[in-house]
Amino acid sequence: MEILVCVKRVPDTSENEIGVNSAGTDIDRDDLVYSVNEWDNYAVEEAIQIVDRVGGKVTVVAVGDSESEEVLRREMAMGANDGLLLSDDSFGGSDGKGIATILKAAVKKGNYDLVLTGAQADAGAGQVGGMLAAMLDQPYASLVNSIEIINDKTLKVGREIEGGNQEMNEIQMPCVLSIQTGINEPRYVGIRGIRKVASVEIPVLGALDLGVSSGSVGSAGAKVKVQDYFVPQLGKGAEILEGSTEEIIDKLIELLKVKGGLK
Amino acid sequence: MAQIFAYITHKGGAADDTAFELAAAAKKIDAGAALTAIVTGTGADLNTVCNALTAAYNEVWKIDNQALAYPNAEVIRKALVNILPTDGIVLLPHDTFGMDLGPGLSIKMDSAFVADVVGIEGVDGTTLKLVRQEFSGQVSTHVTCDASAGAVLNIRPGVCQPGEIKPVGGQVVDKSGSVGDLAVGRKFLEIVKAEVGDIDITKSEVLVSIGRGIEDQENIEIATQLAEAMGADLSCSRPIVDAKWMEKSRQVGTSGQTVKPKVYLAMGISGSFQHLGGIKGSPFMIAVNKNPKAPIFQVADVGIVANILEFMPELTEKINGL
Ligand SMILES: Cc1cc2nc3c(=O)[nH]c(=O)nc-3n(C[C@H](O)[C@H](O)[C@H](O)COP(=O)(O)OP(=O)(O)OC[C@H]3O[C@@H](n4cnc5c(N)ncnc54)[C@H](O)[C@@H]3O)c2cc1C
Ligand SMILES: Nc1ncnc2c1ncn2[C@@H]1O[C@H](COP(=O)(O)O)[C@@H](O)[C@H]1O
Repeated sequence: MEILVCVKRVPDTSENEIGVNSAGTDIDRDDLVYSVNEWDNYAVEEAIQIVDRVGGKVTVVAVGDSESEEVLRREMAMGANDGLLLSDDSFGGSDGKGIATILKAAVKKGNYDLVLTGAQADAGAGQVGGMLAAMLDQPYASLVNSIEIINDKTLKVGREIEGGNQEMNEIQMPCVLSIQTGINEPRYVGIRGIRKVASVEIPVLGALDLGVSSGSVGSAGAKVKVQDYFVPQLGKGAEILEGSTEEIIDKLIELLKVKGGLK
Repeated sequence: MAQIFAYITHKGGAADDTAFELAAAAKKIDAGAALTAIVTGTGADLNTVCNALTAAYNEVWKIDNQALAYPNAEVIRKALVNILPTDGIVLLPHDTFGMDLGPGLSIKMDSAFVADVVGIEGVDGTTLKLVRQEFSGQVSTHVTCDASAGAVLNIRPGVCQPGEIKPVGGQVVDKSGSVGDLAVGRKFLEIVKAEVGDIDITKSEVLVSIGRGIEDQENIEIATQLAEAMGADLSCSRPIVDAKWMEKSRQVGTSGQTVKPKVYLAMGISGSFQHLGGIKGSPFMIAVNKNPKAPIFQVADVGIVANILEFMPELTEKINGL
């Protein structure tokens, strides 16, 4: 099976506190540690496991600048066979539809039975997979948390729905699935694995190579635009307990007693 | 402004809470708009839902079709593309159904798409000004959306409260005949119910809940000891279950359990809306987090900026000594 997995380089929220820059035009990008979007790791792991079972090849693709090469390499160290970087100055400022347009052009250049995306990335949108599927006129299922291969045309996939219940579907290939965390346990990638793929050539395709017109992507093609960033103020906010740990704990225990938190 | 439509999810003859929330959202886009609800399904339940919706919607488009007995987003998308005007504004709930339907629908309608809208600030001509969040609520953004050729907006459940509904006396319009061919490449099979775990946290009065801040499986013992000292039950956020450190039945959130304790201790949990969506009944919430800007502090009653791995043992010791 030929599988394409879309991966995005994002600020690692377990390593950084995300704040707003002083002008409010972006998040504060000084000293950020980046990694691959959490959901995409599960997607790559799933693709590798499928290919381990039935044979085939896993390609990982990212839309981004040259720094996205590092996440492609990381996923190749996990076991993806090929990497593909889609990069062009005109891609900057793309909205979800723009990213999907670029990815669609890359999908068309290959011959994939299955395209996987993460369920969502850093902006919490969860849009690229469904858009890509619609552009390709392929069936789509989101939030997939199990994949079973029925035959070379059909998959049985579970979708995670509310309450932890699972919606089972049969889906025809070629298709696009967005992968939910927890579907598997992504393998650990060590320094040695990264070193092994350090010198593998990763092709870079631009707008011309892909045949995407500049008006359809980037800020020029974007119907949805982020105007500014700010720190949300929901509700009144918590009363922050201050003082020594000792004092804080005493206050907390008093509160717990009053509110019925101690039995 | 263009016509505004809301797709209504329903179960067992009752419309989802989001049905009236979407009407409230539509009013924020255009207070004078005539609203249309779209309801798909089959049989008597469908009629019951449609009739109830005439309170808030001027028109209720009913689509009765056996192929829509289960809300398969792929099938519904086809139906909607056939009946909607191309410049329509379509509102969906940002839940597991809306996430399945919205993005692809926007492509097929060739209109803009905005996911997980948490605020509607206004309209300027055909440009919508919306509020979203990024990084699990750590930062917010103002977003503009060019709706001149229509838009699909996924509205986060719970953010647009309907308040009191002044009945508009709407009417049900049967659109079943207009949906066209509904053949798709994805077939619904069945729902597999979530597994039942060793304890039922939906009944717990006091919960000590741990998130990714617990850092390591071995540290769960620290939280277990605190819960024991307090006479509380232990629950968790999703990453703890994804890592297989705790059972799925202990997960609080939209894709886990809905809990309604009296007291909720969020330990090393950032406060994503999917997590908070599983906490009902306004418990007294205490959050402990090492990041003073963690979004959980905006919703908790009491906050403590600390490392949970140091804080929890000290708290346990003090409680045990009472
Ligand atoms: C469709 C869908 C459904 C979902 N359903 C759910 C759901 O049901 N339940 C759920 O929980 N999530 C759900 N999620 C995931 C959700 O979006 C978040 O990713 C998740 O809630 C984050 O969990 P967390 O707060 O534990 O981790 P993080 O967001 O990583 O936060 C960890 C927090 O711990 C703090 N921290 C780290 N170390 C320490 C320390 N030593 N001491 C103190 N604080 C520390 C950090 O500052 C941070 O605030 C869902 C996502 C999707 C897309
Ligand atoms: N720049 C990108 N490059 C490659 N894949 C992406 C990119 N942005 C989003 N995706 C894919 O789309 C998924 C959902 O992202 P989003 O729709 O942005 O929430 C991600 O998990 C990726 O699989």
